[in-house]
Amino acid sequence: MPTITLVESVNMALDHELQRDPDVVLLGEDIGKSGGVFRATDGLYGKYGERRVLDTPLAESLIVGLSVGMASQAMRPVAEIQFMGFIFPAFNQIATAVARMRNRTRGRITLPMVIRMPYGGGIHAPEHHSESTEALLAHLPGLKVVIPSDPARAYGLLLAAIRDPDPVIFLEPKRVYRVMKQDVEDNGEAYPLECCFVEREGSDITLVSWGAMMHETRQAAALMEAEGISCEVIDLVTIAPLDIRTIVESVEKTGRCVIIQEAPRSGGIASEIAAELAEKAILSLLAPIGRVTGYDTVMPYARTEHRYMPDVERIVDEIRKTMEFQ
Amino acid sequence: MSSPKYKPATDLPASSSPIEAVAKTVASFSVKYVQFLDEDGRLAEDAPPFAQDNELLLSLFRVMKTLQLFDRKVLMLHRSGKMGTYTGTLGQEAVGAGAASGLHDSDVFVPYYRSTTDLYVRGVKLHEILLYWGGDERGSDFQDPRMKNDLPIPICIGSQLLHAAGVATAIKLREQTNRAVLTMVGDGGTSQGDFYEALNVAGAWQLPLVIVINNNQWALSEPNRKQTACQTLAQKAVAGGIEGVQVDGNDIVAVRAVTEAALRKAREGGGATLIEAITYRLCSHTTIDNMERYVDAREHQQAQKKEPLIRLRKLLQSRNVLNESIEERMEYEIKEEIEREVEIFLNTPLQPPEAMFDYLYAELPEKLQAQREEVIKREFK
Repeated sequence: MPTITLVESVNMALDHELQRDPDVVLLGEDIGKSGGVFRATDGLYGKYGERRVLDTPLAESLIVGLSVGMASQAMRPVAEIQFMGFIFPAFNQIATAVARMRNRTRGRITLPMVIRMPYGGGIHAPEHHSESTEALLAHLPGLKVVIPSDPARAYGLLLAAIRDPDPVIFLEPKRVYRVMKQDVEDNGEAYPLECCFVEREGSDITLVSWGAMMHETRQAAALMEAEGISCEVIDLVTIAPLDIRTIVESVEKTGRCVIIQEAPRSGGIASEIAAELAEKAILSLLAPIGRVTGYDTVMPYARTEHRYMPDVERIVDEIRKTMEFQ
Repeated sequence: MSSPKYKPATDLPASSSPIEAVAKTVASFSVKYVQFLDEDGRLAEDAPPFAQDNELLLSLFRVMKTLQLFDRKVLMLHRSGKMGTYTGTLGQEAVGAGAASGLHDSDVFVPYYRSTTDLYVRGVKLHEILLYWGGDERGSDFQDPRMKNDLPIPICIGSQLLHAAGVATAIKLREQTNRAVLTMVGDGGTSQGDFYEALNVAGAWQLPLVIVINNNQWALSEPNRKQTACQTLAQKAVAGGIEGVQVDGNDIVAVRAVTEAALRKAREGGGATLIEAITYRLCSHTTIDNMERYVDAREHQQAQKKEPLIRLRKLLQSRNVLNESIEERMEYEIKEEIEREVEIFLNTPLQPPEAMFDYLYAELPEKLQAQREEVIKREFK
C-alpha cells in the first residue's frame, strides 16, 4: 500500500478512473506533459495519451463549456481549473448550464462531470490564488460541492465524484497537498458523497470543519483533549448538499458546536450550518454556536495572509469561550 | 486632452512611415458570399442539384410557412395572456430551415433561443416549443427519438457554442466519423467571449463543427453596425483559423447548400466552418419588445421585400408546382396543425409540485426532502 500525499492520491484516483472507464477524459490547462502546476496529473498524459488527457487553450469558460458538451454525450470529463481564483470566467457556464442541464431537460440530458480546482490560502501565492469561495458554488442548486481533507478521503471522494451521475465541484485544499502522508490503497473503493465523516468521537463539544482547516481543527482537538475537554470532530466533506443530520445528532450529544472555515465569515457554509443548528438543535445547545472564520475582507497578499488565516490558537480560544459559557 | 505641440503618430501619412516601408504581408484573407436564388426568384444556373428537387423545395416552403403562421399565432396567444415571452423568427425562416435540413439524424444539433425553425425541422413538435416559452420545462424534454442527443434551448447568449464544441470534441475523441455538430447563434452573440473561445478551439482541435450565425441585423435594439467594426461577421472565423463564409440568409437554396457542404466537410474530418447567414428580423426581439422604438420603418419595408418566402414562392410557381389554391390548402392544413398543437399546449396540466425537486439530481439529497414534502403539502392543503 503506497504512503502518499493528498495531491498524489488525486493523481491515483484519476489514474484509476482513466484505466477503468474509457469515457473518462481529463481536460485543463497544462495538465498534459507538464502534469499540472501542482502535478496532480503527473504521468497521466504519458500513460493515456492526448486523447484522454487534453491540454486546452487558456480559457476557463471554454474548459467548463466543453465539459458540458462532452458530458451531454455521456462522456465523463474531469476538468481542472488551475486555481479557484480563475473560476469566474467559467461561472456563467457553471451557473447557467452545469447546474441546470438535468433540470432544464427534465432528466433527458445529464452531466456526469467533475470540475476540480485547488483552493485556499497559506501558500504565499499571488493575488487570486488564495481565496476560499466555496459558498458561491454551494449556493447553486443542482451542484454537489466536495472538499477532501486528507489523502485517503481525496482518493475515495474523487472516485465517487467521477462516478456520480451529476456534476460535482471538487475543491482541493492546496495548502495540505503535501502536508501529510497516508497509506492509501488503490482499491477503487469510492466514499459516499452524501455524508460527513465523524472522525473523532467526543462528548463535550462538536467541531465542524472541512478542507485544509481540518488540519488545525485536529490539532486543536488534540490540545483540548490534554486539558480534559473531549471534542467530537466532523469533517464536513460535502459542503453542498449538506449532511446536516450527522451534525445535529452530534450537537444533540455534545450540546456545543464550533464551526471552523477559512472563507470570509458572512454568508458562508459556517453560517448555513449555524442556522440549521438553530432551527433543529437549539434546545440541545448549552452555549451559543461559535464560528472561527476568515475575516470579511479581501484576502491579504502573501506577506500578511497569516493574519487572515484561522489558526490553532483562534480555534482553541473559541472552544474555551464556548466551554466556559454560563 | 493631449498637448497640441505633440502630433499623434497616427496622423502621419502612411507612405512616410518607416514601418510601412519595411512591412511585408504575411497573411491575407477574403470572405466569399453565396447566393443562388435572388430576390426575384431567379435561380442561378450553377445551383446545386437539390434545387431541382421540387418536392424538397415544397417541403421547405411548407416549413417556412408553418413558422410564419406559428409566429403570428404565438403573438396572439401572448396578447391574450396564454403565452409567455417568445422570440419570433419572422423573416429568418430560411436560415433555420436551410441549415437544419442538411443535418443527418446521427448528427447533433445545439440550438439557440431563436432556433424555432431549426428545431421544428429537426423534429420538435410545436406544442413543445409552446410549452418551453409558455413556462414549462418539459418543452426541452424533446420527444422525438432522433433528438435524444440534441441540446435544449439555452437562454444565455453564446454559451451554447462551447457546448457544441464539447459535443464535437466527444465525437472526435470517440473517432465517430460521419457525425457532425450544428449550432446557431445570433449576430449579437458574436460579441460574446464564448463565441471567440469556441471558434478558437474549433480551429485548434479541427472539430467537426458548423456554426451558423443568424445575422438578423439586430441584437435586441442594437443594430449590427454599432456592435462591430467588422465588414462581415464571417471574417471572425479568420481569428479561429477556420473557414468563414457569408451566405444570403433569405435564400434557402444557398443556406442549405453551404451548410450541407460544411457539415459534409466536418463529417469527413475537414474541420469547422463559420457561416454568416444574412437576413433581417421582421419581428420584435420578443413578444414583449416593441421594435418600432428603434427600427427605421423604411428599412423595415425594404427588408420585407427580401424575405425568404417570396422568392421561393416565385420559383415554385414558375415551375408550376405551387399556385394560389395549392398554397391556400397548404395554409389550411398548417393552421389545423397549429391549432392542434396549441390545444395540446393549453390542455397540458401543470407539472406536479415536486417536479422542481425531482430533476435536480439523480437522487434527491436528504436535505431537500423536507422542502419537497412542504411544497406538496402546500399544494394540496
